[in-house]
Amino acid sequence: MKKPFIVVKPFFLSLFFIVISSIISPVLASDEAGHESEPFNASEVILHHVLDDHQWHLADGLVIPLPVIIYSDENGLEVFSSSNFYDEHHNIIEYNGYKLEHGHIYLADSGKAVFDVSITKNVAMLFINAAVLFFVFFTVAKGFSTNRGKAPKGVQSFFEPIILFVRDEIVKPNIGHHYERFLPYMLTLFFFILFGNLLGLLPGAANLTGNIAVTMTLAIITFLITNFSGNKAYWGHIFWTPGVPLPLRIVILPVEIIGMFTKPFSLMIRLFVAITAGHIVLLSLISLAFIFGSIWVGFASSMIVLFINLIELLVAGIQAYVFTMFTSMYIGMATADHGHDH
Amino acid sequence: MDLLTPGTGLIIWQTFVFLLLVLLLAKFAWKPILGSLKEREESIQQALDSAEKAKLEMAALKSDNEKLLREAREERDKILRDAREASNRMHDQAQVDAKKNADKIIEDAKAIIQTEKNAALRDVKAQVAMFSLEIAERLIKNNLKDDKAQKDLAETFIKDLKLN
Repeated sequence: MKKPFIVVKPFFLSLFFIVISSIISPVLASDEAGHESEPFNASEVILHHVLDDHQWHLADGLVIPLPVIIYSDENGLEVFSSSNFYDEHHNIIEYNGYKLEHGHIYLADSGKAVFDVSITKNVAMLFINAAVLFFVFFTVAKGFSTNRGKAPKGVQSFFEPIILFVRDEIVKPNIGHHYERFLPYMLTLFFFILFGNLLGLLPGAANLTGNIAVTMTLAIITFLITNFSGNKAYWGHIFWTPGVPLPLRIVILPVEIIGMFTKPFSLMIRLFVAITAGHIVLLSLISLAFIFGSIWVGFASSMIVLFINLIELLVAGIQAYVFTMFTSMYIGMATADHGHDH
Repeated sequence: MDLLTPGTGLIIWQTFVFLLLVLLLAKFAWKPILGSLKEREESIQQALDSAEKAKLEMAALKSDNEKLLREAREERDKILRDAREASNRMHDQAQVDAKKNADKIIEDAKAIIQTEKNAALRDVKAQVAMFSLEIAERLIKNNLKDDKAQKDLAETFIKDLKLN
């Protein structure tokens, strides 16, 4: 019986890594403290993890260089490895007329920023997330076709209740009877955020769903879908609020227009803050061991990290749920047949 | 601050990859998954509906059976009642008939007896008259064996006649 194991694997695997990392980190801490002469800078380490980067720093001595893809009017399109920016002592150097400063690439001579579409750590994480999503749900879909008319099995039976939950508890009640049109987007959104959150919790993983560019893109797509599917009642409600005296309508108009933008803005901020804050808390607690340089502090903070990690698993699900639910609500409000029953 | 400034590269990649993912999953995952889920739900609903229908049919059949049984029972009771009534009636009728017959026989017998009696009486009367005549003849013969007696008698008759 191999399949049930595969189903629970992601969860236990992440738990396993969390536990291992919690146990190992204090040990590494005392090790590293011995090697490095510089004082430990917690905020730098934390921000380095939370932010995007041109290389994937898995552990000390284990760095995966990622491809740099840049465009500038002066030099045109250029593709090279990010390892060119580092010498053998991990010091940042200039390469081919470009310089790397705080994660951004500039032209060395003029200091002008280049158009950067590199495969950064988060882009690589995005690819991994997308690949995992596609693989998992392709398998689930295959399960549905092989077990047609039979009881669900394996991965399929693990994800089926979640898919049903998204459909019946999030999308259907909030959008209404024409929910089916939006279901593919909603399901992808939910699982993209959920998997992103969970994968982001793995040690060494990138903070994908806690990156504001990612949450912004998702929020913008929601904003576009909401407004493009908005019906007459929705626009009527924004520009000429019914059932309100004329002078008030003029006051309400800018409020409604601002409201159009605050909705996706809140989506963007909520996910970004929830995930990034979680990572910062975890890393701060782990950093305690490095700051105090004590194995006992490391042990205590690891216990707390373990506990916070469990909460983070919960937050991962809640944030995916909340983002999808609010998106459904906004779309539901824009497509409701009875737009203005006050 | 770097944390709050979205990187252009990541936005482009995220838009591209996410939209591609939506399209691919919609085609290869969500469509078959949601389709089979719907199909399964419909088949379950259908099964439930048909079970409910079968239940109703069974109930109807049962009530039909009961009705038939009740009717049969009523029919049986009616037949029994009718039979009992008929037998009673026949019994009574037979009694009445028998009585009537008996009465008639008695009546007839009485009439015959009466006739026979009358006939016997008539015979007896005729016999008595015969015997009386014979006795009278013998008496007369005895009394009128000599002339004097005949003369006396004749004279008696004449006397009577005269008297008349």
